[in-house]
Amino acid sequence: MRAGIIVFPGINRERDMAIALESASGRKPRMLWHTETDLSGLDLIVIPGGFSYGDYLRAGAMAAHSPIMGAVKAHAARGGYVLGACNGFQILTEAGLLPGALLRNVSLRFLAMDCHLRVERAGTAFTGHFQAGEVFRAVLAHGEGNYYADEATLDRLEGEGLVAFRYSDAGGRLTEAANRNGSARAIAGILSPNLRVLGLMPHAENLVDPVAGGEDGKKLFEGLAAAFAA
Amino acid sequence: MNAPVEASERFGLSAEEYARVLAILGRGPSLAELGIFAAMWSEHCSYKSSRVWLKELPTEAPWVIQGPGENAGVVAIGEGLAAVFKMESHNHPSFIEPYQGAATGVGGILRDVFTMGARPIANLNALRFGDPKEPGTKRIVDGVVRGIGGYGNCVGVPTVGGEINFHPAYNGNPLVNAMTVGIAPADRIFRSAAAGVGNPVVYVGAKTGRDGIQGATMASAEFGADAAEKKPTVQVGDPFTEKLLIEACLALMETEAIVAIQDMGAAGLTSSAVEMAGKGGLGIALDLDAVPVREERMSAYEMLLSESQERMLMVLRPGCEDAARAVFAKWELDFAIIGRLTDTGRIVVRHGGRVEADIPLGPLAAEAPLYRRPVEETPQPEALGEVEDPAGLEAGLARLIGSPDLCSRRWVWDQYDATVGGQTVKRPGAADAAVVRVEGKRLALALTTDCTPRYCAADAEVGGAQAVAEAWRNLTATGARPLALTDNLNFGNPEKPRVMGQFAASIRGMAMAARALDFPVVSGNVSLYNETEGVAILPTPVIGGVGVIEDARQAVGIGLAPGLSIVLVGASTGWLGCSLWLREIAGREAGAPPPVDLEAERRNGDFVRARIAAGEVAACHDVSDGGLLVAVAEMALAGGCGARLAAGPAGVPPHGFWFGEDQGRYVLAVADPARLLAGAEAASVPARLLGVAGGEDLTVQGAVAISVAALREAHERFFPAWLD
Repeated sequence: MRAGIIVFPGINRERDMAIALESASGRKPRMLWHTETDLSGLDLIVIPGGFSYGDYLRAGAMAAHSPIMGAVKAHAARGGYVLGACNGFQILTEAGLLPGALLRNVSLRFLAMDCHLRVERAGTAFTGHFQAGEVFRAVLAHGEGNYYADEATLDRLEGEGLVAFRYSDAGGRLTEAANRNGSARAIAGILSPNLRVLGLMPHAENLVDPVAGGEDGKKLFEGLAAAFAA
Repeated sequence: MNAPVEASERFGLSAEEYARVLAILGRGPSLAELGIFAAMWSEHCSYKSSRVWLKELPTEAPWVIQGPGENAGVVAIGEGLAAVFKMESHNHPSFIEPYQGAATGVGGILRDVFTMGARPIANLNALRFGDPKEPGTKRIVDGVVRGIGGYGNCVGVPTVGGEINFHPAYNGNPLVNAMTVGIAPADRIFRSAAAGVGNPVVYVGAKTGRDGIQGATMASAEFGADAAEKKPTVQVGDPFTEKLLIEACLALMETEAIVAIQDMGAAGLTSSAVEMAGKGGLGIALDLDAVPVREERMSAYEMLLSESQERMLMVLRPGCEDAARAVFAKWELDFAIIGRLTDTGRIVVRHGGRVEADIPLGPLAAEAPLYRRPVEETPQPEALGEVEDPAGLEAGLARLIGSPDLCSRRWVWDQYDATVGGQTVKRPGAADAAVVRVEGKRLALALTTDCTPRYCAADAEVGGAQAVAEAWRNLTATGARPLALTDNLNFGNPEKPRVMGQFAASIRGMAMAARALDFPVVSGNVSLYNETEGVAILPTPVIGGVGVIEDARQAVGIGLAPGLSIVLVGASTGWLGCSLWLREIAGREAGAPPPVDLEAERRNGDFVRARIAAGEVAACHDVSDGGLLVAVAEMALAGGCGARLAAGPAGVPPHGFWFGEDQGRYVLAVADPARLLAGAEAASVPARLLGVAGGEDLTVQGAVAISVAALREAHERFFPAWLD
């Protein structure tokens, strides 16, 4: 798997993402500075978490207009794979690569804790190592993760099987308590219609190590590595 | 233009100090010069009341690379790496404007650490707030927590630990002590002493504005009723710029361009320029016309004293300017050559073609005023005598575990990103100290902050020793080898002999413990004048401890698991003086704090650490606030597992045994209690089998039967009920 990680000013989980990708694929990802525009030769573009440009406008709004995002859109249009995690998900919605928006958490507070995700769509490059309905742990760390889209869009996402993950409790039940940020229909991650662009709010990359919290997130990266090894 | 004489007092200079200014200059000072003297001679910058006492602290050990006097302390941790750390207060600003006060406190301490060449890997915060029943406390707690999270989360440094206490003595003076820990190659530590006459002095980072002017002076006086009017002296933080500054500085530090570097903290450009040139024994010429500004028509005085955040001053090797400029251009940060090093021994500041300041450096820094202020000892507290238990063990436990000082801090840490970086081994609440691994290594650091102010108020010497011992114990309880500490000494007005007496006694106690435990002081900060309308805080010498674990997999937490035996290590006399039980259940703040037996402390701790290293210990928790039963309850809560405990020993009253706060004790959960008890006996360490972990309830034979679920409900209630 040849992966590239985009670093915008203010991104801060690029190292975490690099560790997760390398541990699954055995290959160091390429770090891409936001002014670069040549993404040739890369299977997967990752936009990691952080506070691009301080998120001082709307989260992800500034980064969505930077030079490299034109190249990311072209990459996606060619059928390339893109993963946006946390701030990366916000950037993908701001750039129009995924529908909807991430609003402030309903509590109006930053949320930093473990959550559980239920796999809604298995069998994609991102979810190849999961079963549908499987529950795994991931890490929340965001102030604006409350997924919003209009009802028609939500219906379309559900109808086309583009909801990748939902917030659930450890038993897979969709409860209000489990949906901490208040996301519409408990949506934590969505896919593009061709299933090659994933936006995911929690951090799977922070649970890839038995010593540092656990390995629940590893399946996502191992699934990706396997998809591109084939 | 000379400043009027009466202005000197407004600047916080005494009549004597002003006379000294006149003598040094041989003329009246300009406004800019007066500002420089006032800032450099402020308590905050000069440590003029504390320096004579700080010398008593032990600062050396074979593993210490850099002791006090630099931006942060540095210790070797093995594999050619060093831990760089310091703690610093932002108390006064956090009372005036809690969010920005706390946020810029985090920003400032981060800069102290990456200035030394270290990548910050963890933040901790020691917080003290007023009585929760006071209407103003809620706003301060909420603002401080948001500020710490707002800054730390954005810069991408995990906030992994700290502590929170409440007491009415902090009503008008909350304490916000922020600690940062970073990792650097042991042979690439950057320091602040300037060198090389003619070398360029370079300003990098954010632009200079009018914020925070005279902040250091503000922080060196008591508050009156008008504290809220001091808002303009509080700085505004920009964590995004800080993040860029971290990356740009660390990138430049990989080259050979930097001769010396220092952040612009309190007293801004003035103190960084004076300290760098002064330490190097040189002079410095600054041209303020070159300083990047974000406001028009700033005066020399304003530029020199601005405490705008996220700025650094560097001395570069000649010829490296362009390469360095390119690094900062990449990160879209300002870069300006604003002066040169000279051989004059003076700071000369030009602005608009005029010399605005020309002062010899010696009197500003190394020869700044030094006071041995009068000291009055606090009388020894009366012995407590016997105290009846008005509540019983079970009701006592339920109330203590839900009290503001002992209840769950989840509401707070759920707002702090503790996992960014992917190296957090023990998150908040999981162990006695936070454990963070060094990226790419097995090596991990254990980190804690500790102080028990109510002990210090009753007996500052015992309290000082106890704070050091508890930090050492908390590191030990994770399996770490304690290396060194940073201190943050928060006290009232040093001009009051009783306060100065508390300060001196705390230092004595700290020095004693630090020596006995081989746990030297490598950096620190003093915050005085924590008084409002004549009421001082409790003496609060906070200790930030750092220890090392060779293999992160060996770190132990506090959670019980079914089937493990529970063993107490250390002696119990049932000491209730100054205990939380006494305050919360018996309604008294009285008696002497528990004595700190440093020999026993060391013996017990060394024993526990060796047992953890041998793999015999599944969980370990020190016994501190609330005593033994609270410690076991916390282990039950962390593990989601009950425990059955036998009755306490005859000869110690039950409430004394279970809630007393005797020092030097640990609760261990082990699979093989016989082996542990035999080892303890061989090491002359007191140990006692308490019971077995398992089931849904926490029980003490004949006295307590409470479900872990009920304990959890009591434990988790306070913060959300109060603040959501």
